Amino acid sequence: MTKTAEKVDTVTIRFAGDSGDGMQLTGTRFTSATAAIGNDLATLPDFPAEIRAPAGSLPGVSGFQLHFADHDILTPGDDPDVLVAMNPAALKANLGDLAPGATVILNADAFTSQNLKKARYAADPREDGSLEQVRVVEVPITTLTVGALEDVPDLNKKQKQRAKNMFALGLMSWMYSRPTAPTLEWLREKFASQPTVAEANIAAFEAGWNYGETTEVFDHRYEVAPAQLPSGRYRQITGNLALSYGLVAAADRAGLRLFLGGYPITPASDVLHELARHKSFGVQTFQAEDEIAGIGTALGASFAGQLGATVTSGPGIALKAETIGLAIAVELPLLVLNVQRGGPSTGLPTKTEQADLFQAVFGRNGEAPLPVIAAATPGDCFHTAIEGARLALRYRTPVIVLSDGYLANGAEPWRVPDVDDLPDLRDDAAFTTEPNGPDGEFLPFLRDEATLGRPWAVPGTPGLEHRIGGLEKAEGTGNISYDPDNHHRMTELRQAKVDRIADDIPPLEVDEGEGPGPRLLVLGWGSTYGPVAAAVRAARREGHAVAHAHLRHLNPFPANLGEVLARYDRVLVPEMNLGQLRTLLRARYLVDVQGYNRVRGLPFTTRELVEAIAAQLTDVDADR
Amino acid sequence: MSQTTELPTLTKKDLTSDQEVRWCPGCGDYAILSTVQSVVPELGGPREDLVFVSGIGCSSRFPYYMDTYGVHSIHGRAPAIASGISASRPDLKVFVMTGDGDALSIGGNHLIHALRRNVNLTIVMFNNQIYGLTKGQYSPTSELGKITKSTPAGSVDHPFNPVSVALGAEASFVARSIDNERAHLSEVLRRAAEHEGTAFVEVYQNCNIFNDGAFDAVRGNKEQQIRLEHGEPIRFGADGERGVALAGTGELTLVDVAAVGEDALLVHDAHREDPGLAFMLSRLAHTPTGPTPIGIFREVSRPVYGQALQAQIDDAIARRGPGDLAELITGRDSWEV
Ligand code: SF4
Repeated sequence: MTKTAEKVDTVTIRFAGDSGDGMQLTGTRFTSATAAIGNDLATLPDFPAEIRAPAGSLPGVSGFQLHFADHDILTPGDDPDVLVAMNPAALKANLGDLAPGATVILNADAFTSQNLKKARYAADPREDGSLEQVRVVEVPITTLTVGALEDVPDLNKKQKQRAKNMFALGLMSWMYSRPTAPTLEWLREKFASQPTVAEANIAAFEAGWNYGETTEVFDHRYEVAPAQLPSGRYRQITGNLALSYGLVAAADRAGLRLFLGGYPITPASDVLHELARHKSFGVQTFQAEDEIAGIGTALGASFAGQLGATVTSGPGIALKAETIGLAIAVELPLLVLNVQRGGPSTGLPTKTEQADLFQAVFGRNGEAPLPVIAAATPGDCFHTAIEGARLALRYRTPVIVLSDGYLANGAEPWRVPDVDDLPDLRDDAAFTTEPNGPDGEFLPFLRDEATLGRPWAVPGTPGLEHRIGGLEKAEGTGNISYDPDNHHRMTELRQAKVDRIADDIPPLEVDEGEGPGPRLLVLGWGSTYGPVAAAVRAARREGHAVAHAHLRHLNPFPANLGEVLARYDRVLVPEMNLGQLRTLLRARYLVDVQGYNRVRGLPFTTRELVEAIAAQLTDVDADR
Repeated sequence: MSQTTELPTLTKKDLTSDQEVRWCPGCGDYAILSTVQSVVPELGGPREDLVFVSGIGCSSRFPYYMDTYGVHSIHGRAPAIASGISASRPDLKVFVMTGDGDALSIGGNHLIHALRRNVNLTIVMFNNQIYGLTKGQYSPTSELGKITKSTPAGSVDHPFNPVSVALGAEASFVARSIDNERAHLSEVLRRAAEHEGTAFVEVYQNCNIFNDGAFDAVRGNKEQQIRLEHGEPIRFGADGERGVALAGTGELTLVDVAAVGEDALLVHDAHREDPGLAFMLSRLAHTPTGPTPIGIFREVSRPVYGQALQAQIDDAIARRGPGDLAELITGRDSWEV
């Protein structure tokens, strides 16, 4: 290589184009090459709900942001250093997110008067001064792509143009010194059955690379050294993939078969797709006629002795509420995974939000408590799914596991755990095979004294035939009971069973940082982990004392939570909702918890959280 | 699942639970319960492999009275819950006990999808043409003009014909019987339970409290019962003097056997691949006010959902070997730090 490489420690780039331009694929591929180098990384795919909004229009813009570094990072980055904009709409939709001095690589061919009109530009932004704050590099990406494919036979111009995303990928790969071999190999494999298409994409990718190397526009390239992550074997993983693997792992560690009843819904469908591929693990997937049947089949499978699970997003949970109530009443293990998205109603299907916490904790008729837990990062979805299975099996209860759109599609390097280090769930999953009553009878609602869980006797077991149902049951026998005192007792027992879990989970750990004892605690849950942790780091760098803690268990809370909250003058809970955890904490602990709340469909930026922290600190000082 | 080598012969008593039956005295449900308890032992399987699943409604109390595994689930959802049991455990014998409101109104979607999937289930739908447990509202099988608490001026809802619905939903076994026709009901239920796939049986059931006599035109009136027997010409009446023939217009008509001759009668073929004729038979009596076909309308063989699902798993394991968890989670692109 002839051009020199400048070493940088962190870079954020964003690919943006039309939904049909293949930006998600381009971003994902760049991510894989980045993971292979050993950088730490975090991604933020951001795409419209429409499969193909009108070409060239603003609603049709699809983006993929990637933050990578030579040290550990926690977020997909606030504002991109480089924006690749494949058309005017992509430029317009993303320009506002750029800091002054950022680089914008434009596909000059796409800046036709027609496209400018579709993007609702009155004048060409390249000529009216609106790009003054950024460094603009115009590249005729489409022309160069078609030119590079001159010798590729059997493809018309339109088909050749379609490879332009690979040109962009090649150029960016050159610019940031990404290895080319994995991408070339991937292209060959992906288009193995269409050799011409493979050839075209490879030629476009190489043309992009060579363009960077030869054109005078770029006088040097960049290098980002591998990050020093804790040792181990790493892979790249998204939240939905980790959730799927977590379910397979949980069933494996429990010695059960996994049964997933589901119904297509964004952004949860990938879990259904992924699990459908793992039949060699005995996994059964059942695409039901609706969300209700999705959970109905899963509960039936649980009754029959499988690890029953259902995966959906908020509107699907609304439909499943009645069956979750039945699962609480019949006290069977069941995993209910909610990949949250913007609401209410259909809301923002492809955007992230964490506004289903109330729904998870309270969203059923009657007194219907169940454990609720939430994943913090894409990789953490794996361990959270296993924790959900542990609680479901040990306490014979449905468990709601919360993820969200950001975790679902976001990627990060993940240290692959040693299978032998995963919890052994076999005892928790043990079926009852012998009668348990004093007179040799079977009492399906005679509880385990430690967990208050009831016996799991599956059909096919002789002598343990029994009936369960949604009507209130008599303690012990499980026969229908309308007795007032029995109902009160059973209601308390179901609550006590869930409350007891507080003693079976780790106490909340607080990271106090170094230096003087902080007076402000920032408490997060779910996918805000990355932005909150990054903001706390940044605030500390600015000399502030801030404590940070993160909740995985949202019902019940860790046993020490009240005591932790009482230790600080101020508690700040940033949430992508209007203050749901804050309300729960205030009600439960009578602490005047403060919130920072935004529902923009996007994860928090580090910057806004640093500002929120600073504002709280000013308040604390004023109170002194 | 069960390891029993020599099957103990079950008796009706073995299947009777210790729970007091709480249907109204005189309700047709009693006869159905008694018939099911007599027929199931004839199937020969062990008691622990039997599962009865129901929804909500009078008929859905059924599982409590059977000393087998059972789930009294949610209004309308029994076919879904039972599908999960059956699909994941093809070794079990799973029954769905349901009513006309449960199966055709709130649970209509689950019913038709269970039927088209052909999950191994025996669905017994007690049709009393009324909501009993909620005290007498018109149901999706109530006749037009029905006066009930929720339709004081008469129902303006066109009713379903359950057999037509099941046939339209691709069901592989569809039958109809009557609560108090013990021999007929026994035979239909036995055949339904032995069917591989989803069997749908509509049972005319008298609700003597809220819809007494709804089926009197055929219930206890053998002359009006058009008994379908596979391979036999379709005849009915006191001495089989009437019959069913295919008219030149392509429609089924009720005829006098003496007038048209026996050769003109339609010979019932429950095994026909095409459900068209079975559907036409179901339309002979849209509501049971005149001569009404009972018996097995359709009985064909189709791949069974749970078995097909299991076959894919067996095939995957045969080709790739049982899954290796460490290999799965490590994936193909991993690196060492
Ligand atoms: S209300 Fe009707 S269907 Fe229900 S138990 Fe009474 S008689 Fe039977």
